[in-house]
Amino acid sequence: MDQFYHDKFYHSVGLQEELCKGCIDCLKRCPTQAIRVRNGKARIESKFCIDCGECIRVCQYHAKQSTYDKADLQKQYAYTIALPDSSLYGQFNNLDDVNLILNTLLAMGFDDVYEVGAAAEIVSEATRAYIKEHADGLPYISTACPSVVRLIRMRFPNLLPNLLPINPPMEVAASLAAQAAMEKTGLPREKIGIFFLSPCPSKVTYARSPLGTKKSQVDHVLAIKELYPQLVSQMEAFQGSIREINACGKIGIGFGRRGGEAAGLLLENYLTADGIENVIRVLEDLEDQKFSNLKFVELSACSGGCVGGVLTVENPYAAEAKLKHLSKYMPVSRSHMEPGIEHLVLQSEEITYEPVLHLGESILESFARLNQVERLCKKLPGLDCGSCGAPTCKALAEDIVRGKAAEQDCAYYVRENLHRLLDETSALSDDVHAGMWGERENLTSLKEQLRKLSEEVALLETFTEKERQEKK
Amino acid sequence: MSEHIILTYEISAEDFTRAGEASSDVKSKLKLLGIRPDVVRKVAIAMYEGEINMVIHARGGVITVEISPEEVAMVLTDEGPGIPDVELAMQEGYSTAPDEIRSLGFGAGMGLPNMKKCSDEMDLETTLGVGTTIRMVVKI
Repeated sequence: MDQFYHDKFYHSVGLQEELCKGCIDCLKRCPTQAIRVRNGKARIESKFCIDCGECIRVCQYHAKQSTYDKADLQKQYAYTIALPDSSLYGQFNNLDDVNLILNTLLAMGFDDVYEVGAAAEIVSEATRAYIKEHADGLPYISTACPSVVRLIRMRFPNLLPNLLPINPPMEVAASLAAQAAMEKTGLPREKIGIFFLSPCPSKVTYARSPLGTKKSQVDHVLAIKELYPQLVSQMEAFQGSIREINACGKIGIGFGRRGGEAAGLLLENYLTADGIENVIRVLEDLEDQKFSNLKFVELSACSGGCVGGVLTVENPYAAEAKLKHLSKYMPVSRSHMEPGIEHLVLQSEEITYEPVLHLGESILESFARLNQVERLCKKLPGLDCGSCGAPTCKALAEDIVRGKAAEQDCAYYVRENLHRLLDETSALSDDVHAGMWGERENLTSLKEQLRKLSEEVALLETFTEKERQEKK
Repeated sequence: MSEHIILTYEISAEDFTRAGEASSDVKSKLKLLGIRPDVVRKVAIAMYEGEINMVIHARGGVITVEISPEEVAMVLTDEGPGIPDVELAMQEGYSTAPDEIRSLGFGAGMGLPNMKKCSDEMDLETTLGVGTTIRMVVKI
C-alpha cells in the first residue's frame, strides 16, 4: 500500500472496465463531474474524484467498485485489532446489545476491538473544547467525512480555515488502539495490524492517503458489506458469555448517522446536511457567507450519514432507526479525553488548496479558454444528452478547450453538418442539371462536395462504431 | 480582446426563487479562471447582494460583468424607484424590505454595506422614479 501514500489524488473508487457498458448513469450522477465516457468506458479523472461513491450506488452493471482489503491479511500480524465504525451497529435485525457484535469480532480471530464510536466521543469532546476556545470564530466544518474534506480542498478553498483541525474518529481510534496494543503486548508497531471496518470508499481513501495527518494508523480497511454475511452467521451461532466491552454511548453511536456528530456538541447553532448535492449547496452558501450565528456544520456525503455509505448493507434510514434503538438506554458518553492524547486527536498537517478546476495554466490562457467555452456553449445544442461522453454540453465545451475532446464528439454537431452539406450538394446538383457552368467545373465541384460528405459520414460511423462497442 | 470576458445577465423579478443565479454563475466562471479564492468570494458576495436588491426593490434589471486579468467590474442597472436617502441606505441595519421578504431571511439591512465592504471601488447613481446604477470593482 506504500505506493499510495504520496499520491495526493489517490482514489479508492475505480472502474471494472469489462463490466462497463458505457451508459451515462454514473456520468450524470457524479457530483464533481469527474467521469467521462471515452471509447465506450466511463473513466474517472482522478484529480476531480472525491470518492463519494455515488457512481457505485447508481451503476446497474456494478462496474464501479471500491477497492478495500481482505480479512485474511490478519495472518501477517502477531496481534490484530478490529475498528468497527458506528454505522456497523445499524446493520443487524433484532440486535439489542452492541457487545454481541464486538464479541463476535473477537471470535472471528481479532485479538482486540476498538470502537470507532469510542474515539468519536473523544473527538466530540475535543470539538466542544475547540469551539469554546474559539467562540467568536468561524462556523467550524466537521472533518469526519473525508469526501467532504476532499471536496473543500478542491472547490471551496475559502472554507479551508473553517475545517475543524481534528482528526476523524477512525484515525483517532487507530492511533489509540495501536498505542494501547504496543503497551499491552510489547510488540513493535509493524507486528500490530489495525483493521478498520468501513461503510464507504471515502474512508478507504483516507486510510491510504489521509488529509490532515501524514500517515494513517489504519493498516487495512475491510468493507462492512463483505464482512457482513460471516458476521451475521457467527453472531447467530455465538455461544458463551458475552463480555461487556462496549466503550461508547449515545454520542459515539450517533456518529454513524446524520445529525449525530452535531447533536453530541450540545450546541444550539449548528447545521447538518447529508447527501452530496445538499452538501455542495450548503458549502456554496457558506462560502458566500449567507449564514449568520452558526457555530458548527456537520456534512456527510452520504444521505443518512455514514449508514448511507455504499459499503453498507442495510437501508440507511432503517439503519438510522436501529442506531437510535440501540443507544436508547445508553449513557450519553462512555469515553473521554485522557491527558497526553491531544496530539493524536489534533491534525498535524495543514490541508491545502488543490486548484484543479482552472481552464488554463495561466490566467491569460484561462481567460482565452473561458471565452472559447462561452462561444462553444452557444453552438452546442444544450441538451446535456451525454452521448459525447461528457455530462453536460458545458462540460464538453470545457473538455474541448482543454484539448480533451472535439466538437465532432457532439452527435448533433455532426448531424447538422451533414444536413448542411446535403443541402449544398443538392443545390449544386440542380445547378449542374441546369448546365450553369462548364462541364469540367461542374464535375470538380460536385466531386469536392461528395468528398466532404463522405468525410462527414465517416464521422458518423465512428459514432455507430462507438455505440456498437457500448452495446457489446 | 481575448483577455476580457464580458457577461450580461437580465435579472428578472418574476420568480424570486431564481434570485442569486447570476452571481452563482459568475462565481463558477471565476473559479474556472483560477482567480484567487478571496477575490472570488468578494465578487460573489457583492454581486449577490446587488442582485437580491434588484429583485426585491427594483423589479429586476441588468447586470454586466467585465472580467479582466486586473479586475472584475460589475455594473448593475435598474429602472426601479431609486434610493431616496443614499447615506441612510448605506448604514448597516437600515432596510426597507417588505415583511414577506424578511421572513425568507433577507432584508437585514446589510445589502449595500456588504457591497461596499466587498468591493475596492463603488459608485452609486440614483434618481427617484428613474432608477439606480451601481458600479463595483474588485481588484484581482
